[in-house]
Amino acid sequence: MRYLPHTSEDIKSMLQVVGAESIDDLFSTIPDDCISKDDLQLPDALTEWELDSHMSALSGAMAVSPDYRVFMGAGSYEHYIPASVFFLLGRSEFVTSYTPYQPEVSQGTLQAIYEYQTLAARLLGMEVATASHYDGATALAESLLMAVRISKKRKVAVSSLIHPLYRKVVRTYFEPTGYQVLELPYLENGLTDLAGLDEVDDLAAVAVQSPNFFGCIENLKEAGEKIHNKDALSITCFTEALSYGLLKNPGSQGADIVCGEGQSLGIPRSFGGPALGMLAGRKKYMRSLPGRLVGQTKDLDGKRGFVLTLATREQHIRREKATSNICTNNSLCALSAAIYMASVGGTGIKKLAELNHDKAEYLKQELKKAGFKISFESPTFNEFVVEFPAGFDSVYDRLLEKKIVAGLPLAEYYPELTGHYLLCTTETMSKNDMDVLVREVKL
Amino acid sequence: MKETVGATGLILNEPLLWEKGKKGRCGYSLPRQDVESFPLDNELTGEGPDFPDLSEVDVVRHYTRLSQWNFGVDTGMYPLGSCTMKYSPKTNEKQAGLSGFAGAHPLLPSNLSQGTLRMMYELEQYLAEITGMDAVTLQPAAGAHGELTGMMIIHAYHKNRGAQRSKILVPDTAHGTNPATATLCGYSSVQIKSNENGILSVESVADLMDEDTAGIMLTNPNTLGLFEENIREISEIVHSKGGIVYCDGANLNAVMGIVKMGKIGVDVMHLNLHKTFSTPHGGGGPGSGPVCVKKHLEQFLPVPRIVEEKGNYAFSDNYLESIGKVQAFHGNIGVIIKAYSYIVSMGPKDLKMASRLAVLNANYIKESLKDALDLAYDRPCMHECVFSDEKQRDDHVTTFDMAKRLMDYGFHPPTVYFPLVVHGAIMVEPTETESKEDIDKFIEAFKAIADEAKESPDLLHNAPDKSKVRRLDEVSAARKPCLAG
Repeated sequence: MRYLPHTSEDIKSMLQVVGAESIDDLFSTIPDDCISKDDLQLPDALTEWELDSHMSALSGAMAVSPDYRVFMGAGSYEHYIPASVFFLLGRSEFVTSYTPYQPEVSQGTLQAIYEYQTLAARLLGMEVATASHYDGATALAESLLMAVRISKKRKVAVSSLIHPLYRKVVRTYFEPTGYQVLELPYLENGLTDLAGLDEVDDLAAVAVQSPNFFGCIENLKEAGEKIHNKDALSITCFTEALSYGLLKNPGSQGADIVCGEGQSLGIPRSFGGPALGMLAGRKKYMRSLPGRLVGQTKDLDGKRGFVLTLATREQHIRREKATSNICTNNSLCALSAAIYMASVGGTGIKKLAELNHDKAEYLKQELKKAGFKISFESPTFNEFVVEFPAGFDSVYDRLLEKKIVAGLPLAEYYPELTGHYLLCTTETMSKNDMDVLVREVKL
Repeated sequence: MKETVGATGLILNEPLLWEKGKKGRCGYSLPRQDVESFPLDNELTGEGPDFPDLSEVDVVRHYTRLSQWNFGVDTGMYPLGSCTMKYSPKTNEKQAGLSGFAGAHPLLPSNLSQGTLRMMYELEQYLAEITGMDAVTLQPAAGAHGELTGMMIIHAYHKNRGAQRSKILVPDTAHGTNPATATLCGYSSVQIKSNENGILSVESVADLMDEDTAGIMLTNPNTLGLFEENIREISEIVHSKGGIVYCDGANLNAVMGIVKMGKIGVDVMHLNLHKTFSTPHGGGGPGSGPVCVKKHLEQFLPVPRIVEEKGNYAFSDNYLESIGKVQAFHGNIGVIIKAYSYIVSMGPKDLKMASRLAVLNANYIKESLKDALDLAYDRPCMHECVFSDEKQRDDHVTTFDMAKRLMDYGFHPPTVYFPLVVHGAIMVEPTETESKEDIDKFIEAFKAIADEAKESPDLLHNAPDKSKVRRLDEVSAARKPCLAG
């Protein structure tokens, strides 16, 4: 096997040094009744070339662009990723290192993550961003738990227009804790209804997503004021990080904690993971943040350098009193995002976000012209909900055969929205792709 | 020593991103504007983020230079104990990058995602076979996340039986994540001391296990690199009081094809695909932390589960007792593909051989260095061995100093100051992918450092001196945090 370097001569001479007759002897501390008597029942080893054909057959059984046109977002977005991002990300000094516990030989990862934290904080309009989390959903769950720790209150409220799968993750995280999770309904215009907050007490935080699951842009400022009136922390969640290239950032709208998914920033969809959980907060909450943080410092000669810092919040020091059980970040995904943000740049990200908005708006207008009803009137970014007439299921299936995925049916997540579909476009959809979709759904 | 691996190369300086570039540059090919513009209301739009503007060349040089300040497994031996820094095969990277895998939307209808579903289903089967467990979820994103999932399953199990418990037993050799995870599930951790041989005794578990204790979280082999020999008896005691045995599978690399945890009393365990199954650590993630359970806990696994019928694969949410979801979608598929590729490339024989050679390598280091360094527990080890700085104490040289000096010799230091039960611990895990020659160089380097500790300790106090930066001031970094530029 090409990954195992030992020759039989090596094994023999090593055993001599160890003072053992055979490798089996080295396992003598394992009681006999713990040793497995049978061989592993696994398929025989493939050669590198057999693996290639096996994996390309599996990969070929997937519906992806450019073969398919997938008008589906819902927390996972197709964006172009420059070749330079993949190329740099393949540098094996980044790929094959571990958490930078030894900073002198990890300055590459450390500076890159410090830069990621900075760009993330600037994108979200916050003072401090963590080195990243597993995904948007876990970043939200961790943010809500953080708010409970800060406020010592026992209830949190989440908008029902937060991604339904994120809310499921929040419920899973909260179930063993005994803290309560409330859901806020939505209004006819596709925005969160915060009116019910008045009757809730002991409220640690309220989380609102913008753009929300229907693609609608929430009024974060007004929501923040209502939330702060309840003496609760305002948490802004997001699934489409690119939107803040164009929209007012959550920090400027009064958010105390911002969390969400950074997959749009140069990370392939990969069937949903690995992803990039982004989490940022106000400076005063810095020591309550979960997860890794990189800080700037100096070496013995006064040269600038970077280290993991504020470790006294973390599990390996604080054990049961830690702010989270997280040991790592999604470092390589944070690196992708940093390289992507650096490549697109300040001028570029604004143009790119505008283009994304324009494309979705075009499709929305064309569908309207074709006589379909847009379900919610509020302004949207990249995604919107459209109501198709009864019997559209069969059209949807017919389009699948034509290699078009006409959005996400919402009935599974919002039973009251049977017949409504969440459609998404990005810069990767051409005018022609969208015209074809409109033509096909009309038929 | 004549010549060491460590040497200074041409290491270039590189400023921070925003200290470079000029407004108006762009390193991105902006797609064509083929639709009209629909400006958003000014009320909704902002200034746009304050990012630097850089050309593609600026970006490429920046990150290429940064990468050269890093040490990875591809650079050299990285014997970080408990982290299993084995070689990450390159073909696995290629497979994960195939467009059908990398480009797939997670909510595609199942008939349009058969390739990934089949791959996931088969990997679940393989992991169940390797661990001797009955069912597997691939959803958790990392080891600690798998641990949290496992603990939630234990919590759900006791809740489902109508009698929640308040405590959980955790050995003093455990990873710090174990107690932190228990806290997240509302359990208080009760520490069990390991015995004079570095393992758990049956009596200490019997003394502490009661009917208010949800179970035990053990690591096997444990963090001292020792097999928990009493695991069967310990499991019987825990089970007799209605508890669950959780195994942290961080150290599975020692026993693939040799011990099946599901057959010796373990009810639930997590694996670290980035350790045992060769997926790269990526500077701290993404990893993947599948959870394997025995039949009686299967109903609590996260949803959706993958089901197979006549060669067709689909997701199913139809598990009423499930703990729910622990990640928005289905897990770190990009990582899972690499672990799958590793397993089918290795096959059953070489997976077992990998564990055998990992154990041989660790024992070889243990025997070769035990004169130079104090060996905490002088017994046959599994995949890692734990030394300390006991012998260097009179020379005022610490584990920290020796670790830093190893860098000058061209090695990444081992894990240091863990496990906590060994004062000044140096935990070495070579893994099976290191050759005898490279291990010999490591041994020679460590012996030379032990000599230096006696003869010229300042060499160690001032180390490293060949790295990009010298020792960094971690105290002021924490006292006056500067977390963004």
